[in-house]
Amino acid sequence: MSTGLFLVQALNGLQLGILLFLVAAGLTLVFGVMDFINLAHGVQYMLGAYLGAALAAATGSFWLGLLWALPAALIFGLLLEVLVFRHLYDRDHLSQVLATFGVILFLNQAVKAIWGAAPLQVPVPALLEDGVVLMPGLQYPLYRIAVLCAGIATALGLWFLVERTRLGMLVRAGATNAPMVSALGVDIRRLFMLVFAFGAMLAGFAGVLAGPIFSVEPGMGDHVLILAFVVIVIGGIGSIRGAFIAALIVGLTDTLGKSLMPDLMRLFLDPSAARQTGAALASMLVYIAMAAILAFRPRGLFPARSG
Amino acid sequence: MNLISRRGAMGGALGLLSAPAILHAQPAGGVKIGLVAVQTGPQAALGSQLRDGFLMGLRHLNGRLGGLTAETVMIDDELKPDVAVTKVRTALERDRCDFIVGVVFSNILQAIIRPVTEANTFLISTNAGPSTFAGRGCNPFFFTTSYNNDQVHSVIGQVCEDQGYKRVFVMVPNYQAGRDAVAGFKSRFKGEVVDEVYVPLTQLDFAAELAKIAAAKPDAIFTFMPGGLGVNLVRQYRQAGLAHIPFLSTFTVDEAVLPAQQDAAVGLFSAASWAPNMDNAANRRFVTDFEAAFNYVPASYAAQAYDGAMLLDSAIRRAGGRLADKDAIRAGLRAADFASVRGNFKFGVNHYPVQDFWLLKVAKRADGKFQTETVRKVLENNVDPWAAECRMR
Repeated sequence: MSTGLFLVQALNGLQLGILLFLVAAGLTLVFGVMDFINLAHGVQYMLGAYLGAALAAATGSFWLGLLWALPAALIFGLLLEVLVFRHLYDRDHLSQVLATFGVILFLNQAVKAIWGAAPLQVPVPALLEDGVVLMPGLQYPLYRIAVLCAGIATALGLWFLVERTRLGMLVRAGATNAPMVSALGVDIRRLFMLVFAFGAMLAGFAGVLAGPIFSVEPGMGDHVLILAFVVIVIGGIGSIRGAFIAALIVGLTDTLGKSLMPDLMRLFLDPSAARQTGAALASMLVYIAMAAILAFRPRGLFPARSG
Repeated sequence: MNLISRRGAMGGALGLLSAPAILHAQPAGGVKIGLVAVQTGPQAALGSQLRDGFLMGLRHLNGRLGGLTAETVMIDDELKPDVAVTKVRTALERDRCDFIVGVVFSNILQAIIRPVTEANTFLISTNAGPSTFAGRGCNPFFFTTSYNNDQVHSVIGQVCEDQGYKRVFVMVPNYQAGRDAVAGFKSRFKGEVVDEVYVPLTQLDFAAELAKIAAAKPDAIFTFMPGGLGVNLVRQYRQAGLAHIPFLSTFTVDEAVLPAQQDAAVGLFSAASWAPNMDNAANRRFVTDFEAAFNYVPASYAAQAYDGAMLLDSAIRRAGGRLADKDAIRAGLRAADFASVRGNFKFGVNHYPVQDFWLLKVAKRADGKFQTETVRKVLENNVDPWAAECRMR
């Protein structure tokens, strides 16, 4: 493998990682701060993509679509919180899993009833339509680079918000010991609601960004959700920093694994067997990495909750 | 009891017109079709194509099959074999369906074929055509109006040979149908396969694979990426600026996914036995009326289901409407005495079609919609590779 190809693959891995981070950031906050398992987080990613697609089509501009989709996703997150999730905070995890799984089924069907089962098309915004040539014969779409930049900017913004502001301090405190924060006179319910809606908006943001690259279809959030859970478990539940590092690890492992594994297997096996086992191993690699990390750091890389 | 009395009443009204021996307890003078089409999950769009194609056929036949009033029982298999079996059993035992028609996916077909055929009921697949029932597993109660998958993949192998492509890059999902696609392709392609890449069925991002393709600089790529996989791949392929490498595919660019791929798919190649622009009277009528009725471009799923309705009509007519006379119905089905939207169509010994296969290219029509169009005929009167193994009892 040439250095050029390796660098492109590393860039691809980073980009997948950033997208995963945007989804996982909300999930880790909700799980960490509220101790609430929200399986429906993937659906919020899907909703973001659909809202972005619909609003872009309605306004005729991807940017306007993005601008409107964010508050729409936020409001939808709030609505879900008030209608469904608020009643589940005090229940055990099993009830939460069941109820949020129900929300997945409901919203997947609802999306299908409204927009149909066929995948939707979101055009790449004209400004970012071109590509840059990073290696001979391959254009790297500007749009992907823009997604990468947007993701890194969001990560920095989040880091600032969580580590350097009063609100962030409350969130971190809530992740560490919610009853104590409440006892100190902070309205923990309102904090929860805020965190929840913000997380939903982040997932929606990731969905809108994903629209021009991936197909927008019912159930598109389900694959992402699984990877997002892997990310927050590796990173340590409730930790934004952990989610960021873990998302990059998962993105890079997945992408580099896919491109290197079949070649690596060829050292031991004949070519056709190497390709198939290599492909199978590559798709397992993320989970193997998770198991390995958890074996040494059972609470993840950067555990938020102590004791 | 309500059911019996209603049936009795209908029988009384129509009894004089219908065939004498009615062993099967369908309403006399009518024929009941169980239409299996997936309506839930991400693949529901394909099921809708199939359903609408069949209903279009019925509409052209004025709601009658071979002179009998047709009643359609919709069965949503949910793409779950166990659900499909339960629902099909119900359709056979409670609803007394005379024929089971449809089925998009092979795994559903494999689950329901025994319950249906063991009840001495004809199963007419309008899409799934696995090799399992084409060779040794061929069945006197099973027909398909589509093709055997291997044939379609082999068309691309033949195209690569004809075009003189020496180095071809192959990429398929890592499951049985994906591996079959590679085998089918290789059965006719004798050049060098630069690399075979197997991706998980849940693949989202093809960036890693596209970089590999760019590095390998093949003469062409062959891929089989059904549904949402294909939407992702085609758009990312275009975005990566790889469109100068000929993109030859099966079940990746068709009218079911073109609305999502749009301009990104224009100029990409596919293989099939039918395309919306085929120039024959039956097809022109089908496509025009289908688009007017359902407001989207039909795909092969719809065309083959339409042919399924026409086939049933011709078979029942030939058998004189005697649904209970299975041998007469079978003879009628084998004769395939109808005007197929594909033009050339007949059944082989294994009840799989013997037909022509075409190289197709995606084009944008004048009205802004997208469709595949025929480029040239690649295989003529092609018999699937399994037919010789079939010993039909």
